Amino acid sequence: MEFWTVFYAVSFYFATFILISGVVYKIYQYAKTPAPLKVPTMPAPLTSSGVVVRILMEVILFKSLFRSNKWIWLFAMMFHGALWIVLLRHVRYFVVEPGLIIDLIQPFGKYGSFIMLFGLLGLFMRRIFVERIRYISSPSDYLMLILLIAIGISGILVSFVTRTDIIQFKAFMLSVVCFQWQHFQLPEYQIPIDAMLLFHLAAVMLLMIIFPISKLLHAPGIFFSPGRNQIDNSREKRHIAPWAVKKFETQQKGN
Amino acid sequence: MAKKANFETPAMRPYPTIPIIKEGVMKGDGPFFAKPDMQEALGYPIELVDNWQQVALDKMGELLTKYRSLRVYLDTCVKCGSCTDKCHYFIGTNDPKNMPVARQDLLRQVYRRYFTFAGKWFPKLVGAKDLTREVLDDWYNYYHQCSQCRRCSVFCPYGIDTAEISMAAREILDVVGIGQKYCNEIIAKVYKIGNNLGLPEPALRNTLEGLEEDIEDETGVKVRLPLDVEGAEILLITPSADFFAEPHIDGLIGYAKVFHEVGASWTLSSYASEAANFGMFIGSYENMRQISLRIHDAAKKLKVKRIIFGECGHAWRVAYSFLNTLAGPFDFLDKRYPVPQHICEYTYDLIQKGALKLNKAANDDMRITFHDSCNVARGSSMGNMPGGQFIIPREVIKACCNNFYDMAPDTIHDETFCCGGGGGLLTDDLMELRVKGVLPRMEALQQVVDDHGVTHLAAICAICKTQFAKILPYYGFEMDQIISIHQLVSNAIELTNVESTDEK
Repeated sequence: MEFWTVFYAVSFYFATFILISGVVYKIYQYAKTPAPLKVPTMPAPLTSSGVVVRILMEVILFKSLFRSNKWIWLFAMMFHGALWIVLLRHVRYFVVEPGLIIDLIQPFGKYGSFIMLFGLLGLFMRRIFVERIRYISSPSDYLMLILLIAIGISGILVSFVTRTDIIQFKAFMLSVVCFQWQHFQLPEYQIPIDAMLLFHLAAVMLLMIIFPISKLLHAPGIFFSPGRNQIDNSREKRHIAPWAVKKFETQQKGN
Repeated sequence: MAKKANFETPAMRPYPTIPIIKEGVMKGDGPFFAKPDMQEALGYPIELVDNWQQVALDKMGELLTKYRSLRVYLDTCVKCGSCTDKCHYFIGTNDPKNMPVARQDLLRQVYRRYFTFAGKWFPKLVGAKDLTREVLDDWYNYYHQCSQCRRCSVFCPYGIDTAEISMAAREILDVVGIGQKYCNEIIAKVYKIGNNLGLPEPALRNTLEGLEEDIEDETGVKVRLPLDVEGAEILLITPSADFFAEPHIDGLIGYAKVFHEVGASWTLSSYASEAANFGMFIGSYENMRQISLRIHDAAKKLKVKRIIFGECGHAWRVAYSFLNTLAGPFDFLDKRYPVPQHICEYTYDLIQKGALKLNKAANDDMRITFHDSCNVARGSSMGNMPGGQFIIPREVIKACCNNFYDMAPDTIHDETFCCGGGGGLLTDDLMELRVKGVLPRMEALQQVVDDHGVTHLAAICAICKTQFAKILPYYGFEMDQIISIHQLVSNAIELTNVESTDEK
């Protein structure tokens, strides 16, 4: 059992635990916090299916961003769109039989990484050179982009340059995912010692850990944004938060 | 002739450019503080409390558990920059703290410092800051440079609404003892007298009688403006500015003529003689509710069947979006009508039915454009159609005049620019901000003046009307170029019902 194999296996569990528990906690927190008033940005949909469409338009097409700023939209779309394809491509390292779709997506994912990188660099340039965006940026905003760029570049290098033994990596990863720790005794299940791969993985795990404590919460957050997820029906249906009901009751008793 | 002032009126730009930032140009002490008696009337400390830091953080913690908007909006901003050029106050002042995200960050930096892991352990990294006196002063200054118009929320990929943040900030400021004079004085007046202007019942009755005489002199028809008539069908809730400010009052005459023409039985209430609800401006659910309940109680007492709101932007947002929540249920009213209705919805329905005889030529001396008031456009709706708040007022205008021209598409509908005086900023101590903040609206107006010879700007908000009457001269326009929509109705309507609709 090699040190790096154990280290990366343990780190992977840790990062996954932080990511999932952290995001679940935040989602619980958002869901639990009431929205006491109807505050959708109008005009808003009149039905719940309309709201679903509105949210999907935001999540998939970044509609509001498109209305606002075509450059940010373009770079953000390149980054997020390519990221999804790249992520899907990676599914094959985590399951034994990835299936047809994942197989078909492989070349797109492989070259999509360049689009992702280009989008990230575009966003980074804007953060540096557009005065207004520079003004609102904290060190973490730059570092987040640098981390993503580092993940992209190292991934590209692993894929195109250092050409890691991906069969062996998959063996390692499957053992981690399936909790088959006894495999780690055997040489063919060790993590391949490729500096670029190890760097790539470390950066990804760092991102997973940062996710629930950073602005990456925009991903679950958008689904809870009252400005986007509320129905325009305040005249027809009384909308009231539990804390407000409680308050009214105690006041009435007091009167 | 542009009006003289101790600050410079911004020059209109030949074409819209994104302003270069000028740090600190709008730094200052903010608007006047509320006096002790006003603070007391609203249940807030009369001056900055000794342990203000703890009180502020406790309040912030409380609000975070009560308002999902606040929690989600403080967490999710990715600093993409989408909103940075959308605020009229930033466009007009160049102060970077008037960029929506930067304004939010004044609160967000403290949220991060005290309520998030990253901010507790790595404050410098994530731009978290201690709540110092300097930060508190920045809150007071810059959260009173936000008119809560929600334009930023239209363009935010997550729908982050700076209005929600600035409301929370103002509530925190009130709770530590530094309220704003303009808002809190007015709310105190509503509690004491019933309306923002402090117009007591006898004075109100007098004013209305005077108006009845004016209308009769002008038209020869006895159009009534009933007050406190029990058993009337419709209760009209209108901003108190409608009772005597120009051009508001012409709108009120318009409502009265419409009601008269169709023989509607209606009344005003001296107890709820105010549509505007300044509780929203200070972000106080409690005060907003107290003010709303007056309307509920008046409706019940007067045994009316319907509630209709006059032309008032923020009032309509509170009415449309919050009234049912705050003062409902209104199950004692006639269920065939939405509660409440907007006067434009009412007039529009009558126009659709052909119940009004309108002579468009009566407004031929005017070429009109329409200013979508921010809180009507982005905080409410009309009719039962999405976008009704844009369609209905325009249809009413078009039914009353021959010459209507819209301003540029990116300055109307949900992209409309605020008049610069909304959200509790319509006070003389913020005149510089008001004049600068109206720049993008003035540019859009200038364009239709140049292209179509537009002479008048119609609006359906008491604040917009007052603001424009005041600031139009700064940009070389005349103060009477702002008009009420129901002023157009009033001009165009042919009164065929010559019988007075005296209440029993």
